[in-house]
Amino acid sequence: MNVGSTRRGGSVRAGLSMGRESTRANRRRGRLLPYALILPAVLLETVVHLGPILAGIWTSLTRLTQLNIRDWTGAPVVWWDNYRSGLDPSGPIGGVLWETFLRTVAFTVLVVAASWALGMMAAYLVNTEFRGRAAFRALFLVPFAMPTFVTVIGWSFVFDRDDGALNHLLVDQTGVLDERPFWLIGGNAFWAMVVVAAWRLWPFAFLMLLAALRNVPGELYEAGVLDGASRWQQFRRITLPVIRPVNAVVILIMGLWSFNEFTVPYVLFGPQPPESATLLASLIYEHSFVNFNMGLGSAMNVLVLLFLMGVSVWYVRTFLPRTHDA
Amino acid sequence: MREGPAFRWFRRAGLTFLTLFTVLPLYVVVSSSIKPLADVEGTFSWIPERVTLAPYLDAWTTVPLARYVANTLVVSLASAALSLPVAVLAAYALARFAFAGRRAFRLVVLSTQMVPGILFLVPLFLLFTQVHAWFGVELVGSRPGLVITFLTFSLPLSIWMLTGYLAGLPREIEEAAMVDGLGYVGVVWRIVVPLATPAIVAVGVFAFIIGWGEVLFASVLTDSETRTLSIGLRGFASESTVQWNQLMAAAVLASLPVVLGFLLLQRHLMRGLASGLAP
Repeated sequence: MNVGSTRRGGSVRAGLSMGRESTRANRRRGRLLPYALILPAVLLETVVHLGPILAGIWTSLTRLTQLNIRDWTGAPVVWWDNYRSGLDPSGPIGGVLWETFLRTVAFTVLVVAASWALGMMAAYLVNTEFRGRAAFRALFLVPFAMPTFVTVIGWSFVFDRDDGALNHLLVDQTGVLDERPFWLIGGNAFWAMVVVAAWRLWPFAFLMLLAALRNVPGELYEAGVLDGASRWQQFRRITLPVIRPVNAVVILIMGLWSFNEFTVPYVLFGPQPPESATLLASLIYEHSFVNFNMGLGSAMNVLVLLFLMGVSVWYVRTFLPRTHDA
Repeated sequence: MREGPAFRWFRRAGLTFLTLFTVLPLYVVVSSSIKPLADVEGTFSWIPERVTLAPYLDAWTTVPLARYVANTLVVSLASAALSLPVAVLAAYALARFAFAGRRAFRLVVLSTQMVPGILFLVPLFLLFTQVHAWFGVELVGSRPGLVITFLTFSLPLSIWMLTGYLAGLPREIEEAAMVDGLGYVGVVWRIVVPLATPAIVAVGVFAFIIGWGEVLFASVLTDSETRTLSIGLRGFASESTVQWNQLMAAAVLASLPVVLGFLLLQRHLMRGLASGLAP
């Protein structure tokens, strides 16, 4: 994108054409124009993003519970108390937060890995020639298009212990298992949540990677064939390196989405998921809107934000190629 | 590349697995929605023995489904409609001008989409209670309050996607219009907006779809009067006696409009996502 030349070219040309106004006045107008254009967006962003972030930082420094929630600006300032109890690994609150943090990292890694693998496989297969490609492409989009609350209700019917489709298949029909396991209670709840989250997310990887595969020049493969490379070698040596930049972005976005996951556990388990399926967003939600300890919830929000910012900056520096236009 | 039989079998197996995985929960929802209540309540059966469409009618009276639909429609439409004009202007600035602060603005737009919603929800909830204390306007539980929170995702998303589209439009048309004496306002209104109409519609639909399925904000900021579909159906599912077949029918009805919209506009939506994502 040659943005640099736009302003000069645009305003000079406009200045030449509009003889009534002096070129200088017009150039100033041209310089102010982008600010006028983004002004409404900046104002709205201030209201819905910047203001809340600042208010959140402030409340994270106060003791804000249901007792003083109606007058939160007068809540007593406790400075780092919320952070201290949140970060103390031996305290009751900090211990849970660290555990939940590690669980959320594990969840993110598993969901992103599974979604990427499924999406990559689907994109690779749909990108070959065969009859019915368009139908598969449309079908694979559906999980992404469906409202999460609908599909998760469907999954809860799959995972139900007594009457669910999965236990019916595993126990009644095939006899793989003798006992009906609980899928939505105890340790299995974590895996059920991973499956549902990956089911929802992989079509995104599929779409992005399919678009990327289409842009791989065919000559590269022809050269590969001449050199006698197998399909797998071509994938490893040609496809993956070429689509690397798209991969890096897709993995970052899926990682951030998964780390912030709230909807899947909320619909699958309710406002308070079982311990094995409690992610950071659910924990903060519980502190803020179930226990109404908003000061603590805000402090955890700030910690999550700092962590995500740090990881994103590191990731972008390490894996994203620098471009002339950022 | 030539396809050997091994690869064809690999493809068949892969596509079969992906199809079964994709269809499983959808099939459970749809097949349960056409069973009589007695057949849904027992152990799951893959093939419905008796088929009825009654749940699709009864669901409307068991829960105030029409009110849920109306609430969801109003809030999602309003947030998409509010975001779009603001986003078109900002996206045009980002796509066409170099200005001090452009990088920072772009970074803010991109990063706010990645921030967890709960980070905005807690302070917005507090700000809403403060607005109530100062001005007597109750935003918690109201539709306008929910619209404001929906802007936290619909606005940056719209700016981001539209910037990608607008940057791809040829700028010669705009330059020619300027040479013909059209001012900047005229260029945006008469040239850019008509050219980008398909993109604007697609982005609006996308923002609408996300609002339609939103759970987090709606779970805190709606009451029994303003409840949206997502929260209404979740409440439906957690009652002590649940008409499961009706719940599933309501779920099918709730997803029809967005799935159709998505499939109709998929090409536009994908191009928008892809161009916004291009590194």
